[in-house]
Amino acid sequence: MLDGVKHIYLVLSGKGGVGKSTVSSQLALALKEAGFRVGLLDIDLCGPSIPYLLNLEDKDVHQSDEGYKNFNIFYKIEWTELLNILLMAIVLVYRWVPVYTDNDQKLAVMSIGFLLKNRNDSVVWRGPKKTSMIRQFLTDVAWQDIDYLIIDTPPGTSDEHITVMENLQTVKCDGAIIVTTPQAVAIDDVIKEITFCKKTGIPIVGIVENMSGFVCPTCSECTNIFSSNGGISLSEITKVPFLTKIPIDPTIGKFADKSQSIMKNFPDSPGAKAFTQLLEQITKSKEA
Amino acid sequence: MADKPQEAPEHCPGTQSQDAGKASACAGCPNQNICSSGATKLPDPGIALVKERLSSVKNKVLILSGKGGVGKSTVTSLISRGLAAENINRNVAVLDIDICGPSQPRVLGALGEQVHQSASGWSPVFVEENLSLMSIGFLLNDVNDAVIWRGPKKNGMIRQFLSEVDWGTLDYLILDTPPGTSDEHLSATTYLKEAGITGAIIVTTPQEVALLDVRKEIDFCRKVKIPILGVVENMSSFVCPKCKNSAEIFPALTGGAKKMSEELNVEFLGSLPLDPYLARCCDEGKNILEEFPESPTVKALHSLVNKIIEKCNG
Repeated sequence: MLDGVKHIYLVLSGKGGVGKSTVSSQLALALKEAGFRVGLLDIDLCGPSIPYLLNLEDKDVHQSDEGYKNFNIFYKIEWTELLNILLMAIVLVYRWVPVYTDNDQKLAVMSIGFLLKNRNDSVVWRGPKKTSMIRQFLTDVAWQDIDYLIIDTPPGTSDEHITVMENLQTVKCDGAIIVTTPQAVAIDDVIKEITFCKKTGIPIVGIVENMSGFVCPTCSECTNIFSSNGGISLSEITKVPFLTKIPIDPTIGKFADKSQSIMKNFPDSPGAKAFTQLLEQITKSKEA
Repeated sequence: MADKPQEAPEHCPGTQSQDAGKASACAGCPNQNICSSGATKLPDPGIALVKERLSSVKNKVLILSGKGGVGKSTVTSLISRGLAAENINRNVAVLDIDICGPSQPRVLGALGEQVHQSASGWSPVFVEENLSLMSIGFLLNDVNDAVIWRGPKKNGMIRQFLSEVDWGTLDYLILDTPPGTSDEHLSATTYLKEAGITGAIIVTTPQEVALLDVRKEIDFCRKVKIPILGVVENMSSFVCPKCKNSAEIFPALTGGAKKMSEELNVEFLGSLPLDPYLARCCDEGKNILEEFPESPTVKALHSLVNKIIEKCNG
């Protein structure tokens, strides 16, 4: 499982909507820009955001790999018949080819979003079905040789997380990046996620605080909409390193939606600086 | 839909199937006797229990959103506080079925409270005289504890919440849910099937990345036949407290919730602004209706609450 993958990072948060997918996709883009080969796996089955954030929503059509074609044909069938067909598809296709964002095939992406016929379709599955889907994502995707695999997760500490944790026990996972916003209401849930990591033995790389302060474009007054310094105090309470702080920046929202790395396009913005910092932290520990 | 046990043999026909316990795959399965006896095809006894328990509850409203962090818990607390404050004789209760990330104890200012067990079931925690709350947060020994449960265990907890809490007579029971379209949502809809769901309120923020998941939630409601009362847009615009200029933090590049509501033919109930005071009140568990009665959020809330009452009564 995950043979050619050198480093694996999980992006986790107990709370939803704090920016796990934004951090995952921007981190993947940043690593790609730094010259690494990167994989991005989205295991949020009920609300996949990665295809949208990387502008890959219609991507499956352009794939020419034989394997991928087969795999798509099978998935245009009703969800209720899926499980049996899945088993067949695996036997037939053997491995799934991920979707690439570019021609150099430097950033490979896999998400359930690519498998849905219609972007508004819901995936109404209980745990066991989600578990088997994630297990396949982990074992059957042909990532080839990549330096970094970033795994984007849904909020919570339930089926998806337990499955990933169990499956990653056999391969080494470099650690989890915990994303939070500064409000107490988010911190409450994020502490639970840290407890989860500690209980299950997943090493924690550190905490990223997102949506820190908002600088008014007219008067430059900085308002801490969602309070401030929650991430730092969280890192103090839980004794987990604090990695970086990303301010609320509507340009991230606007450009992150179009598969643009903000580090490359707005190198001077505070958001880009935060990601540069994060990138350094992630790559530094590897060289040492 | 998902009636295969986790450790089932490879070609398990599913416990609800005609072939349950009789298919070739069932040979050797430890549960074959249970399946072939027909016990698994009977409706869950929990459904009847829930119906009986909730017979004195007039309206049962689900707060849903496919996306996390859009303000389901905040909107839940606002609506329930709004409903309770408007009429002292109206009894309102909140049930938090977000098992892995319960927020209601904090948002409603009931952190550290305990629930008591009596002969008639669990007594909920009273936040106001006519507003009570039940959440898994009250059952944890330590607020930092993680609830690391797979689906079936969450299902059991929700069943207990619905069938064993002594709510008394209620006008409104508001259910706050976690994001997604999975175990918690299916459990709640299954157990409330007989008791009846008045409808769902869908919460979203204006960006496309949230709307994308919210459309899935609407699709879910249609699949499981929950009527949709309407859509609430949260965090729609931000007014700078210093210069009073408004800025769009989560820009509605695709037309926001209003356009989505039109496209999917559901009612748009209104928007709530992004209000730093509201965020602070939620963190501190204070009632924004009392703390900042003049804030734009409170004004928007009044019309929202009236629309919901109208929808529930009509």
